[in-house]
Amino acid sequence: MSAQPLEAVATVADLQRRIESLQGGPTRLTVPVHPVLEGLVQLRTGTSYAVDSATLALGLAAGASRAGEWVGFAGWGDFGAEAADQWGIDLRRTVLVPDPGDLWLEVTAALVDVLKVVVLKPTGQVDAKSASILDARLRARSSVLVVWGEWPRVEARLSAEQAVWSGVGRGRGRLDQRGLRVAVTRGTRRSARDLVLP
Amino acid sequence: MRVLVAWCPDWSVTAGMFELAETGEAQHPASQPAAVLANNIVEVCNGAARAEGVRRGQRRRDAQSRCPELVLLPANPERDVRYFEPVLATVEDLRPGVAPIRPGLLAVSAPGRYFGGEPHAAALLSQHLVDAGVWDCRFGVADDLFTAEQAARQAPVQDCVVVSPGASAAFIQALPVRVLADTVDGGAEGRELADLLRRLGLPTLGDFARLSRAEVSNRFGAFGLSVWQRAQGGAPTRLGSREPPPELACEIGFEPPLESAEAVCFSVRTTAERFVAGLAERQLVAVAVRIEAEADGVVMSARTWLHPRCFTSRDLIDRVHWQLQAGMASSGLRSRRDAGAVSAPVERVRFLPETVEPASAHAEGLWGGGADEQVTRGVARVQAMIGFDAVRTPVLQGGRSVADRQSTVAWGERPVGLRPLDRPWPGRIPGPAPSRVFAVPPAAEVVDEAGRSVTVTERGAVTGEPWRYRIDAAADVAARRWTPVASWAGPWPVDDAWWVSEGGAGRSARFQVVGVDGRAWLLVWRATGWEAEAGYD
Repeated sequence: MSAQPLEAVATVADLQRRIESLQGGPTRLTVPVHPVLEGLVQLRTGTSYAVDSATLALGLAAGASRAGEWVGFAGWGDFGAEAADQWGIDLRRTVLVPDPGDLWLEVTAALVDVLKVVVLKPTGQVDAKSASILDARLRARSSVLVVWGEWPRVEARLSAEQAVWSGVGRGRGRLDQRGLRVAVTRGTRRSARDLVLP
Repeated sequence: MRVLVAWCPDWSVTAGMFELAETGEAQHPASQPAAVLANNIVEVCNGAARAEGVRRGQRRRDAQSRCPELVLLPANPERDVRYFEPVLATVEDLRPGVAPIRPGLLAVSAPGRYFGGEPHAAALLSQHLVDAGVWDCRFGVADDLFTAEQAARQAPVQDCVVVSPGASAAFIQALPVRVLADTVDGGAEGRELADLLRRLGLPTLGDFARLSRAEVSNRFGAFGLSVWQRAQGGAPTRLGSREPPPELACEIGFEPPLESAEAVCFSVRTTAERFVAGLAERQLVAVAVRIEAEADGVVMSARTWLHPRCFTSRDLIDRVHWQLQAGMASSGLRSRRDAGAVSAPVERVRFLPETVEPASAHAEGLWGGGADEQVTRGVARVQAMIGFDAVRTPVLQGGRSVADRQSTVAWGERPVGLRPLDRPWPGRIPGPAPSRVFAVPPAAEVVDEAGRSVTVTERGAVTGEPWRYRIDAAADVAARRWTPVASWAGPWPVDDAWWVSEGGAGRSARFQVVGVDGRAWLLVWRATGWEAEAGYD
């Protein structure tokens, strides 16, 4: 008896959140993150995030994909589809542009128009002006940009530190599980947390 | 209702020749023998080829041995339909209500006395078709479709056979049964039936028609019965005529001509609304519109505007304003007073829809955003930018190496020929999959404590413990430095594809190597050296 009202309350809260997000315009909606990264970082639309490892990039995209949104990967020639699948990314709702060439900025802008989370691996330097144009686009289109590499202005920077692999010895076993210390830098604030990745 | 059938014999060949001429590969006169082949079997050939002894169902080498100069065309039903479309349009111009039956054959309700009788109407159609480049067309007019088609088949080139009202049965019953071989919907079934009737001693359709209905139904089935009904004459005709494409363009004239852009914009409002409403009536929206403005009887400004979603009447008026203003000389030094003036008085504005799409694709969902359609459209824009092949969808498949276990297909295509995932695939590496899988594995070096390169013997043993490694990956400076090995696993030997001499064939062994920096790699040893297959970044 008690579980049902609780469930209903949660549903109502969820619906209210969605109504609010519709009323408040497209900026600053929250995008779900993967349970492993829960509490470490909260993705918000209209902002960009930087990561320094492929795994973290996949992890940030995984939450939205698990929630039924479309995600895209640009400039990522060595995309590990099986790893993405293990993170829970639905490959049928994934757009991959392995080699956008010189037009990577334009391609990213076009993908941002329609996808919820776009992971970009820049193939060249980006200046602050182009980045701010892209940021404006992000805000207008309510999507999230995850940059694997350098980016002039980001909401938060996630870096992987101190990876510890279990299950592997010297000549025996196999890679099994990875413990990772992830540091999040927001402006000058910095926090770190140890995670066990799936 | 009288039916007029226009028949263009051997349409596949004609369409194929049109295509050849269009691509400019070769100019062949229409009298050149040509044939359309599917699976190396002649499917259709033209009259010139038939005269040389080429027949339907022949093998390619037989056909070529009988007629060495035969032009061979690949079978392509889409091409046949595509090239038949202008023919339909030509007939439609003269007589709406055209029913395309199949490429090369169309029916239209015969225009009684409008063109001065049925033979005259056929002659007029024939004249227009010949003007359009289709010189081999034949016409038949009769009470029903089947009879009219048979009449058209009897007609000489560019001529017409008219079966007078009520004479259908007599006309049909005089025909030999072999006409069934290529009737409206005959095909293989028709050929079989024609052959059977001939062997049963029923040489004409009249003999067949004299059998009783029950007998026909028992012996020849549903198809035989339908043929029997037609042979009785007076089978019902139902033409699936198509409607002429609707006129969606809208225009408005100004009398007297207007001189300022503001005035034009104010006056085109109702026309823009009518344009959008006209599309909406057919559940369409325009995503690309061409706007033309006329002055002094000539188009002085024309431009195609694209819209990321779809045009509303307000958007159209904005576009008209921008277009007319952009037509001005540079506005920097102009006084404010004549900023809105146009160079010549506009007397006509026209909206032409260039691309229309179903409105349902653009409708907003209840919770905002019709996601999938928008994604499709957005990705199409990316494809237009960098090429069709550059946008991929990743897919999983079965395989032993990590590179084999994944693949990509071009966006919008269906993956084909994937290896099944549900097989055991012995030799594959279990556990977490690498997040980076290199398409071209970079070379690597792995040495033992003494600095000797580590190799794997034929019995699958390593010659030394991996001590340091480096990977020659471009754009990854850290990986190119020598890194001490923190831990490693392997070797997992594979003897793959030893029957081919080159490529990734032969003996190999995989290792998982973790460096002291915490980065893990999937390295593979081959007789030619070490490679990095994937990285667990």
